[in-house]
Amino acid sequence: MIKPFITRKHQEKLIEWFFFLNGIVVVAILAGIFMLLLMNAIPAFREVSIAHFLSKPIWNPDAYDQPTYGLLPMLVSSLMVTVGSLVVAIPLGIGTAAYLSDVASPRVREIAKPAVEILAGIPSVVVGFLGIVLVGPVISKLTGTYNGLNALNGSILLAVMALPTIISLSEDALTSVPRSYEEASLALGASRWQTVILVKIPAAASGILAACMLGMGRAIGETMTVLMATGNAAEFPHSFLGPVKTMTSTIAIELGEVAYYTTHFYMLFAVGLILFIITFIINLISDIIFHKHTRLQ
Amino acid sequence: MKKPKRLKITETLGFLTLRLCMACVAMILIVIFYDIITKGAGVISWDFLTKPPVDGMTKGGIFPAIVGTFFTTIITALLSVPLGMGCAIYLNEYAKDDGLTRFIRMSIRNLSGVPSIVYGLFGVALFVEACHFGTSILAAGSTLGLMTLPLTITASEEALKTVPRAYREGSLALGATKWQAIWTNVLPYAVPGMLTGTILGLSRAAGETAPILFTGAAFFLPDIPNSILSQFMALPYHLYIMSTQHHNIELVRPIAYGTALVLIVLIFSMNLMAIIIRYHLRKKGIAHG
Repeated sequence: MIKPFITRKHQEKLIEWFFFLNGIVVVAILAGIFMLLLMNAIPAFREVSIAHFLSKPIWNPDAYDQPTYGLLPMLVSSLMVTVGSLVVAIPLGIGTAAYLSDVASPRVREIAKPAVEILAGIPSVVVGFLGIVLVGPVISKLTGTYNGLNALNGSILLAVMALPTIISLSEDALTSVPRSYEEASLALGASRWQTVILVKIPAAASGILAACMLGMGRAIGETMTVLMATGNAAEFPHSFLGPVKTMTSTIAIELGEVAYYTTHFYMLFAVGLILFIITFIINLISDIIFHKHTRLQ
Repeated sequence: MKKPKRLKITETLGFLTLRLCMACVAMILIVIFYDIITKGAGVISWDFLTKPPVDGMTKGGIFPAIVGTFFTTIITALLSVPLGMGCAIYLNEYAKDDGLTRFIRMSIRNLSGVPSIVYGLFGVALFVEACHFGTSILAAGSTLGLMTLPLTITASEEALKTVPRAYREGSLALGATKWQAIWTNVLPYAVPGMLTGTILGLSRAAGETAPILFTGAAFFLPDIPNSILSQFMALPYHLYIMSTQHHNIELVRPIAYGTALVLIVLIFSMNLMAIIIRYHLRKKGIAHG
């Protein structure tokens, strides 16, 4: 019998290697994003010191005499709209999740869960558009600001963007609480409300926390909604009714205008790198919390 | 018996609060759809869908934007579908439960959390500059392809998980190799489910704006693109332009509403297609086999 050039066994090994390489691609992409951001950010710090970047309270790359590249105004802006959005989205999201897991009838749940998915599917540019045409005028009328494009508007829109993540993951966490917890609580004479608040939500706390962290990651990295609805004034943010320019919108606006391979260009990659690191840390924390949660069960 | 009565009141009020939360979320959804449908529907006509913009984009249709989004989504699919399915096959069929596998899974979860504008920067550095694709359909589609990869992988793996172990074991017991078992007894049952997840991922990509801002989307092009290396107009980018960058924003507001409606209809018909595929699968009893 002639031995085939490639035996079955070798063929199997080759196929397995092929899929292994395919699996490794994901790691390579994540590392690649980090490396490319870093490589393009480093040249920026040949002309501007890292201390300048992290401490100057002004971002003014087009200044005639001495351009300044301070991260602080946009970092504070990003944090402002993110915190603002979470103030709305966390209670609303957890409330909705608790409703879906413990109050809603199966039929309502059957309709409401796809509805949450639909909300998640609305593109951010559409949400941003509605921020201009719907939310803006309302804010303008209520507060007397010019066009209602400010941090408050951005916060409201980001809450809408973060809600689906918070709702569906919190609901998963609540439904994965063992039934025996609930039954024990009810058997001891607690009302259903007490069971939800005092037993189920605490039992699902780590899952809910992970959901909120992920929602926060979504909010801080959101681009189009804040770009369209926050007014984008390059000044240090002072109130929720004033315009702000977040890290994401700064990149989105200025990368289109900047000459490539200038300090300003590299600086935008530095901002991107900071954004990448922030979201990476947030995701990592939520990952750790979430895994603790699943291991406990 | 005072206590139970107070309990009853707290319970009623508490559940009412939860109901209000749900009602609030439902209201958000209703307001979004009501506003866009009522103000956008009047703009939609055959000409709006099949003609390019004219007169400084104050009149005419959005045909080039529809075509541009279509082509870009195809490039996205060509990149993310094979890569995503391959990675899912590795994770579900070959990978051992060791540190490396956990590391890959962690990378996937982290990739899905990377902000879209960071993908845009990555696309500029890698595809536009380093690969010399220039600002083009190819560069933008590839950027979106990498962005949807985590979604495709997760969905494909879900589909693979629904194929019962017995299918693999039966095949292996008859002397098939591992790959033969996967090829003949796993993939045929998993591919439709993978398709569902993939379409959902692509619908997400079709609505994205930030990653294509600098990798190929153009303000205005009179003609449809003639190669994958040309720039293109895209529906989400067109909506952004029409609502913030146009020289006469008030005048073109109806066009913006029309674009928003077309974009939403496009995305939800893709979702609907995915749901229909899933429904047919469940009826055949495979998806939950």
